[in-house]
This record gives sequence, C-alpha cells and structure tokens, in this order.
Amino acid sequence: MHTSVVKIENLSKRYKLGQLEGSTMLREAVVNVLHRRSGRTAQSDQFVWALKDVSFDVPEGEILGVIGRNGSGKSTLLKILSKITRATSGVTQVTGRVASLLEVGTGFHEELTGRENIYLSGTILGMTKKRIDEKLEEIVTFAGIERFIDTPIKRYSSGMIMRLGFSVAAHLEAEILLVDEVIAVGDTEFQRKCLQTMGELRGVGRTVLFVSHNLAAVENLCTRAIWLDDGLVCGVGRPKEIIQKYMNTFGDARAGELALDHILSRRGSGEVRFSRIEFLTMDRRRTRVIASGDDLVIQLQYNAKSRIEKPVFGLEIYTNLGTLVTQIHTYNSGVDVPSIGPGNGYIDVELPNLNLAPGRYHVSLSLTGLGYVFYDVVDHCAIFDIDASCRYGLNRALKRDAIMCVSSNWIIPNDTV
Amino acid sequence: MKGWAWVREGWAYRNVYYLLAWRDTKLRYKQTILGAMWAILQPFLTMVLFTVVFGRVIGVPTDGIPYPVFYYAALLPWMYFSNTVAQSGLSLVSNARLITKVYFPRSALPIAPALSGIIDFGVGTLILIAMLGYYGLHPTWKLLLWPILVLMLASLSCTIGMMLAALNVRYRDVKHAVPFILQLWLFATPIVYPVNIIPEYLRHLAYLNPLTGIVAAFRSISVPNHDIDWSSLCISTLIIMVLVIMSIAYFSKAEETLSDIV
Repeated sequence: MHTSVVKIENLSKRYKLGQLEGSTMLREAVVNVLHRRSGRTAQSDQFVWALKDVSFDVPEGEILGVIGRNGSGKSTLLKILSKITRATSGVTQVTGRVASLLEVGTGFHEELTGRENIYLSGTILGMTKKRIDEKLEEIVTFAGIERFIDTPIKRYSSGMIMRLGFSVAAHLEAEILLVDEVIAVGDTEFQRKCLQTMGELRGVGRTVLFVSHNLAAVENLCTRAIWLDDGLVCGVGRPKEIIQKYMNTFGDARAGELALDHILSRRGSGEVRFSRIEFLTMDRRRTRVIASGDDLVIQLQYNAKSRIEKPVFGLEIYTNLGTLVTQIHTYNSGVDVPSIGPGNGYIDVELPNLNLAPGRYHVSLSLTGLGYVFYDVVDHCAIFDIDASCRYGLNRALKRDAIMCVSSNWIIPNDTV
Repeated sequence: MKGWAWVREGWAYRNVYYLLAWRDTKLRYKQTILGAMWAILQPFLTMVLFTVVFGRVIGVPTDGIPYPVFYYAALLPWMYFSNTVAQSGLSLVSNARLITKVYFPRSALPIAPALSGIIDFGVGTLILIAMLGYYGLHPTWKLLLWPILVLMLASLSCTIGMMLAALNVRYRDVKHAVPFILQLWLFATPIVYPVNIIPEYLRHLAYLNPLTGIVAAFRSISVPNHDIDWSSLCISTLIIMVLVIMSIAYFSKAEETLSDIV
C-alpha cells in the first residue's frame, strides 16, 4: 500500500480578469481608493476560475499524466503545487522535496557559460552545490556539450541549450517532479532521450506529475491520468481509458460538424482562418466513412482577410488515443503555394490508398507562413472514420490498437507439409 | 511570528541568494574592456568632479578634511546605495520569467544586488585606504566600525530596494520615479556638503534621513581627528530597524500575488 505524497482537496484558483493592464497604474489605484471612500465601489471586477474544487491524491511512485485542452487549468495546477502561485481556496499537502520543471533551462542567462548556467539553474531548481559538483560531469556528458562547457550559451544552438536544460533537470534529486510540456520541444533525438529518462523515473520510484498535450507520451509513460476541463476534474483512471474519453469529446462534439469558423480554441494571428473541412472521394463527392485503403480527399476551406504570401498548409492525423499518425505539409511535400486571398478559397489534399486501420481519426489543421508565422492552428477539429471493411483481407481479429493496414503477400514454400 | 518564518525560509534557501548575487557580479562587467576597473573608476571620477566643482569652484567647507577624502568617503556608500536601489527596485520585473517558472523566496531577487555590490564596495574601500595613506591620515580604532556601517548600509539598501521592487510589480510608475527619487536623495544627504552647515532648524529633518548618519560616520572613521556623531548614528540605526520590519511585512504580503500580476 503506497502512501499519498500529494493530497489535494477542494482546490480552487480564481484569476482577476484585466488585472494585468487594469489597476497597475498608480492613478487608478488612487481613483479606486477615492471611490471606496465615497461609498461607491469601482467597476466590479471580473473573475475567471482556473480551477474549481479539484480534489485528488497521488500515491508515492506514481506517474500521473494531466491532460486537457488549453486553458483547462493544467498549468495552474502545477503552479500551485510548486508554490509559484497561491490557491484561492482549498488545501494542498505535498510530502517530500519538490522540483518544478515548467520550462527547459530555468534561470539560464545567455551571457553565462554552460558551466556557470549549470550551477545557476541547478541551485534555483533546488540542488546543493555539493550535488552539482558531483554530477557536473554527468550533466555535461548527458547534454553532449563537453567541448562548449566554458562558452557563453548565447553561442549555443537552441538544441544545445535545450539539452543542457533538460540534463540539469534530469539530475535533480527531488522526490516529486512537476513537469510541464518540457518534452514537447527540441529535436527528435532529444525528445527520445527525454522520454527515456522519464520512463526510467518509473523504476526509481519518484512521483511525477506530467502535464502534456502529447497523449501518446502520457499513455506510454504514466501509470494514471487525470483529465481537466474548464477547471474541473472530468476523469481519473488508467491513461488509456481517460485519453479515449478525452478524445471522444472531440468526436462527440464535432461528429458531423464540418464548419470550423465557430471554434474558439485556436491559435494564430487570424489573418487567414480555416472555415470548413470536407472529406471527399476522388471524384469530389462527400463521404464520412471510408474503407481502409480507399482514396480520401480532404478539402480545407479558408477565409483570408488579406493577401497572404507563401502560406504553408498543414494537416495532422491522430488516432483516437492521440498518437500522431502522420503530418502533411505543402512545404514538406515540395509544394509552393504562391499566395492566397483575400476572400474565400480552398485547397485539396489527396490521400490515395489511405491504409489506416479501422477506427476513428482526428484531424488538426495549421496554416503557417515562412519564419514561424502562425496564421491559424486548430487542434483536433474534425474526425473521420475508417470502416471495418478492410481491403487488406477479411479483417478477422485485427488487433484493436493497430494503426496501419498493409498489403501483404504470403509465400508458402512448396515443401511445407 | 509570520515574519520569523519568512526569515527562516530565506535562510533555508541561502544558496539561491548567493547564486543570484554571484550571477549579478559575473554579469556586471561581462563583455567590457575595463571590467572590474569600473568599480573603482565610477566613484573615483565622481570624486574628482566633485572636488573640482564643489571644492575648488564653490569652496564647500570640510572641517579640514582634504577634498578628495571628504568626497570619496561619502561617495562610496552613496554609490553603493543608489546602484543597489536602482537595480533591486527593478529586479522582480526584470526577472518576471523566473518568478513565473520556479519557486524560491522572492526576496532573493532584490537582495542579490545588495550582496553583489559589497564586492565593489570592498574594492572601493581599498582605494580609500590608499588615499588616506597618501594624505598622511593614520587609521584609528574607529575603522573597526566599518563592518557595522556596511551592514547598516546594506540593510537600508535592501529594505528600500525590496519595497520598490514589490511596488514596481503592481505599479510600473516606480520605474520612472526611482531615478528621480535617487537624485533628490543625493542632495538631501550630506554628500556634497558637511552635516554641520545644515541650518539648525533643518537638522532634525536631516537626521530622519537614515543615510545622513551613515555617510557622516563613513567620513568620521576615515580621518583621525573627527568625532563620530553617535546620536545621528543611533537615529539611523533605529530608522533602519523600523524599515527592515516594515519591508518584511510589506514584501511577505506582496509576494503572495507576485507571479499572478508581474
């Protein structure tokens, strides 16, 4: 029987809207005081609840994945547990040393050398000097920056800085780790390394709270998952079940829904926006359910407020468990769209012989420009189903979690008895 | 007893205070040609300027203290004070990213500049001692007060820096006010002039400025035949103690919401 190292009871956090721009001027504070004096209150403040009455326990050694949409309160939860911000009400009880990794390279300063930054960041994250002295070599080797250890990190590539930051974090000796999306960045090799280290934590018996949009990582690494939506706990349990429930909300809400312009949870400047998605056959007839191996055409309709030069259309397909199946870009496909807009328009992407395994798939869309310009990014905005009538055989007992169907020829040697 | 818990937590995290001070020291003279020479040049050149303008041109009385010693002994604590307050007053806002990403006692940020400034102050003091030698002024037992005066000066700088830093998080007006306040404070403190030319009816007011006692004492301990004004030093001590309590009370309250509004 494990003891709980993190106990959360009726935790709520309220943020005041407009506080950032609002009364941060002395003048307004004075006005507010005068108003209060004269019996009037200043314009009533608007509040938003980031967390509402959240309660759960985390036993020792558990790796708890926290999932949910943007703004669902995941990060706020971590910030309260790491004491960065205070809860409005409720109780949190944390037993053991906590380290929070809400970004890679906490406390790094670009003018300082790699070595100096290891000491700075390590100390801020809670390591003692003795511990850093002991681990310095390991940290440097893990990050793979031996040659640059005495170079200011402003000369590093962003990948090197990332590796160094994670390497420091991986050598913390905290009993409880609060991790926020750190592994969503960096190159693939580095991501693999991070995931591996996270996986190793399982064996060490450290307790981890892991906030992530990478549902596949949550499924693979976590022993339990919690799903937050709009500050409320929507479910706690085995990662696979919770992720499925979470993904289903996209399905349920969006089933048959092809219009995209009403979706609010999107990122980007909005100069161009996706207005609608259509699933079509090769001869451009509408379809929702296709058989594995069929051709599928996805039409992306958009509305551009102004003329956009060299846009890049992208689309990602996820399984119902949130695993990324594929990512398709005009840019990566070697297609240059010279310009679009202003006004309405569309682009088709043909996917011949789409050999996905039967099941439900989610689509995320992105419209970007060269040089990290984001016009519109809509995650999990549409779903389509692959029918069980698989073209690759009789579809007997196809294991449920398979992602692909492949055509196969079995050659049986003549001398087989 | 909340204040006591606050101090204890700070002590538990003393590594972070030290490291942040070390960072400030490292960063201060990075990518400069003269490097740590600036620590000496700043007060020294200001002293030369003051000696020419206020000594030779205006002829401020100094009770027989040579002008360079008179100005340098006062500029050293003043520059420490104004540099520290200017830096630590902005420290929370300029480290906003850190505040929203990791927890440590927030007071480490405004206090770090006060700690790192002490190194510059020490170097500056060596120059002062060299100057005393040049003018044939023999050091006396009064120099033993030096560490106590530095402690008072550092505490005062911390309290003002902490309060301004917390205030700046909420009201960015502070950023514009600080340089102006410091300029006024320079002239309100007996730095370009000695205490005893302040008219009698204003002197009580001058003593309420905690820097008055400290600056005057730095002058007195530097030269042999110059008595320390104990009463003004006591007033300064008292005021600093009140300020320390006030700043801890204010800061520990303000730090609760820092990360939400910074």
